Order: sequence, then C-alpha cells, then structure tokens
Amino acid sequence: MVAAGFVGAANLLTGATIRWVGCSPEPRQRIYFANHTSNLDFVAMWAALPGEMRALTRPVAAHDYWTTSAVRHYVATRVFRGVLIERKKVTAHNNPIEPMLAAMGERHSLIIFPEGRRNTLPEIGEFKSGLFHLARKRPEVELVPVHIDNLNRILPRGEVLPVPLLSCISFGAPMHLGESEGKKEFLARAREAVIQLRHA
Amino acid sequence: MTNRDPMLLAMMGVVLGLLLVASLVTLALGRRAVDEAARASVADLRSRVFSSWWMCLVFSLALLAGKVMTVVLFAIISFRALREFITLTPTRRGDHRALFWVFFILTPLQYVMVGMDWYGLYSVLIPVYGFLFVAIRSAAAGESEGFLERAAKIQWGLMICVYCLSYAPALLNLEIRGYDGRGATLLFWLVLVTEVSDVLQYAWGRCCGRHKIAPVISPNKTWEGFLGGVACTTLMGAALWKATPFAPWEAAGMALGVALMGFAGGLVMSAIKRDRGVKDYGSFIGGHGGMLDRMDSLCFAAPVFFHLTQMHFG
Repeated sequence: MVAAGFVGAANLLTGATIRWVGCSPEPRQRIYFANHTSNLDFVAMWAALPGEMRALTRPVAAHDYWTTSAVRHYVATRVFRGVLIERKKVTAHNNPIEPMLAAMGERHSLIIFPEGRRNTLPEIGEFKSGLFHLARKRPEVELVPVHIDNLNRILPRGEVLPVPLLSCISFGAPMHLGESEGKKEFLARAREAVIQLRHA
Repeated sequence: MTNRDPMLLAMMGVVLGLLLVASLVTLALGRRAVDEAARASVADLRSRVFSSWWMCLVFSLALLAGKVMTVVLFAIISFRALREFITLTPTRRGDHRALFWVFFILTPLQYVMVGMDWYGLYSVLIPVYGFLFVAIRSAAAGESEGFLERAAKIQWGLMICVYCLSYAPALLNLEIRGYDGRGATLLFWLVLVTEVSDVLQYAWGRCCGRHKIAPVISPNKTWEGFLGGVACTTLMGAALWKATPFAPWEAAGMALGVALMGFAGGLVMSAIKRDRGVKDYGSFIGGHGGMLDRMDSLCFAAPVFFHLTQMHFG
C-alpha cells in the first residue's frame, strides 16, 4: 500500500512519458537495465510498469547506501522488495551476482543500473560487468535496455526536494548475449543500446 | 451553481452548438477521406475537436462552480504550463532550490492572492519578489555558469505561465458599475474571443494565406490569416457586447486588442520554441498535452484585457 502511494506520487511528480519502443509490457522474465542519474530512477521505472508486472519486478540496490538508516532500509527492502548487493568490496564470496540470481528465481524480473552509481555527467558512464555475468548465467532471460531522461533535474544527487518537470522513460528492444561475445563488446553494445534509445 | 447569468449560459450554449457542428463536420470528412494524407488530417482534426470539447467542459464547469474552482483550475493550468516551460529551459543544479520555490511556493501563493483579491500583492509578487528572490536563491547556490541566462529564463517562465495567466481568473475580482457579480461572464467572453481569434486566424490562413509574416519563427502565420482572423474576431466580440460591461464599439475595440495580443502571444512563444529547437512545448521530452501551446494566446491577452477593463471603469 505504501508502494501504491509512492507510485501515485511518482506519477504526479515526474510527469513521465512512458514509451515502449522495442518491446511491450508482457509479464516475462526480463532484466531491465537503465542509466542512473537520480534516486527517483527506480521509483519512476517501477511506476512505469503495469500492476501485475510490478509485483514480479525487483530493483537491485547498493547495500552500502540503502542500509545507512532504518528508513532507507525499510523503503528499499519492504516497500520495493529490492535486492541489496555489495558494490564496494566485491570478493568471490561476497559478490553481487549470487543474490541477484537468487532473487530472480524462475519468475522475477530485475531492474539494474550497470553504471554502478548515480552519474552526474551528461554522458552515460561505463557499464560494470554485473550485466555480463547475469547474461552468461541466465542466457534465456531477455535483457531490455531502458533510457531514463531528465530525472536528474527532477531530483538530483544530494537533493531531497523534487522539482516537478517532465521526464521520459523509453523501453527498448530486448537483447541477448552473443554466442562468443566478449565482456567488453557486450557491455559496449548494451551501453550503446541505452544511448540510442534517447532519440529513438 | 453560484452564477446564473443568462448571457453566460447563452454563450456556453452557442459554444456547445459550435462544437457539435465541428464534430459532425469531422465525422462527415472522416467518411469521405480516402487516401493516407486525408485520413491523417482528419485524425488530427478529430483529436483537436476532442480536446476542445474536453477543455470547454472543464472550463465551463469550473466557472459555474464559482470563483474558488475557477482559481484552482487556472492554478493547475499554470503549473502544467510552467512545467513544460522549465523542462525546456536549460537550468543547472544551482537553480534546483529556486525552482522548488517557484513551483511549490510562488505559484500557489500567486493564486491564493488572486483568490483573496489582494490586488496590491498579486500584482507585484512575481515581478518584484519572485524576480529578486529567484536570482538571490540561485546566486546563493554558487553556480556561476550561465547565471544571468538561467535567472532570466526562470523569470520569463514565471511571468508568462503564472503571472500573466493569473490575470484571467483575476477578472472575477473586478468591481464594475452595473455589472456586479458577472465576472464569470466576462472571463468566458475573454477566453471565447481569444480561442475564436486563434481558430479564425488559422482558418483564414488555410483558405487564403499567401504572404508570410515571420517565416523563420512561425511558418503558418500569414498576413491574410492575421488580418482576416482579427477582423472577424472584432466583429464577433462586438456582436457579443451584451455579455460585457462595454458598449458595442467598446467591445469591438476590446476584441481587437485581445485578438492582437493573442497573435502576439503565439508569435513570441513560437520564437522561444524555435530557439530551443522544438516544434511543440509538450514534445520536448516524450510527448505531453502541450498546455503552453494552447495557452500562449491567453497568457498575453489576459493581463492587457484586465488592465484595460480596470482602467476603463476605474
């Protein structure tokens, strides 16, 4: 119910136009990957999905950021049912991939931000390798690029009060890891897919 | 319903009739459209007629419901128009807090003051206090790059989308001898003349437009459209003089002024759009209603009409 409140507030605030450019909102198992500029990113994306899909889609969030206070922890885990992953001190035993795979299971979809952190520069940053490992372990899952436009002006990093401007979320055509595609090529291709969505 | 002015209801009836005719014409054209181009233009016409119905209904209901609802309606319209304008303007991180004030404090405050009829306050809130405060708040945030442009652009947005438009519902506050309590009728007359002016200029332009006025800024505006539209609007406004507190020739003069300002509003807002490289205000990010595209004429006409009326009956 709290989540419904967030969705309502998000829709009001972000004035988001949702464009399903390359695929349609079907309840399939997918990994949505997007550029990251604002804490509103996953609220807006989550609000963009239809109700039945929202229940099966879990955002991936950084453990170190979202456990700093009880409120943040509650919002990230109980309200949005996010998957908290380690991003600072990644080791073989404490890596981000396993919790993500476990959270996905057979039915759940994920929302991830391969840049790793909120980017304040106008260009989309380099993608970290999590997406590649996920694609390798679960090759049948559709990888959907998503471009989030203008949310960084609505709620920039470091601000708490939002400014209600218009924004746009574009969902692109699903992609898969190529047979013999290397990590660098794949991540570059994925990044390019998100960049292209802006003008699609 | 607090307003039972027969002229108001009569005008609403006429508009309803016109919309019905427009819908029937669109239906007939739809049946006759054969090729792609014709069908596309009919679809465009249909969506315009549909949105005209919707806007007319909301506006009429708000007017009939009274001053508070009318003020609230215009506050919402201002908010949406401002949202489009600021989305289009390149502001920076340093403007964030100032923008928060603009959207959530200055805009509602302006309309609360209009609602309370504090003319001495609402006539200066934005041009003096808003103007100074936005600049101060942005400067205090410490970002100097493009500072003057950013402050100026935000002020422009506030002036056009909020200040100017708020003079429309402010008409309900005017005390006019022999016209007491009929402010809603005058407001309806203003909006009707403004919208009809746009439609007539467009229609004249379509049928006989040949000499462009400002081709770089607005390729659709022609001298034939402008002169034909303005002339017809003046006649129409004069014909409806009974709805206004003016004599017939005075009403003609007012309608002329409104039509001229409406044209000017469309021209100026187009200039801004060309500067920013967009076709419509709503389409910059994604694609939204385009509230500012619809309101540009009224934003310029409302304050001038308010002032002239006030001065005339001063």
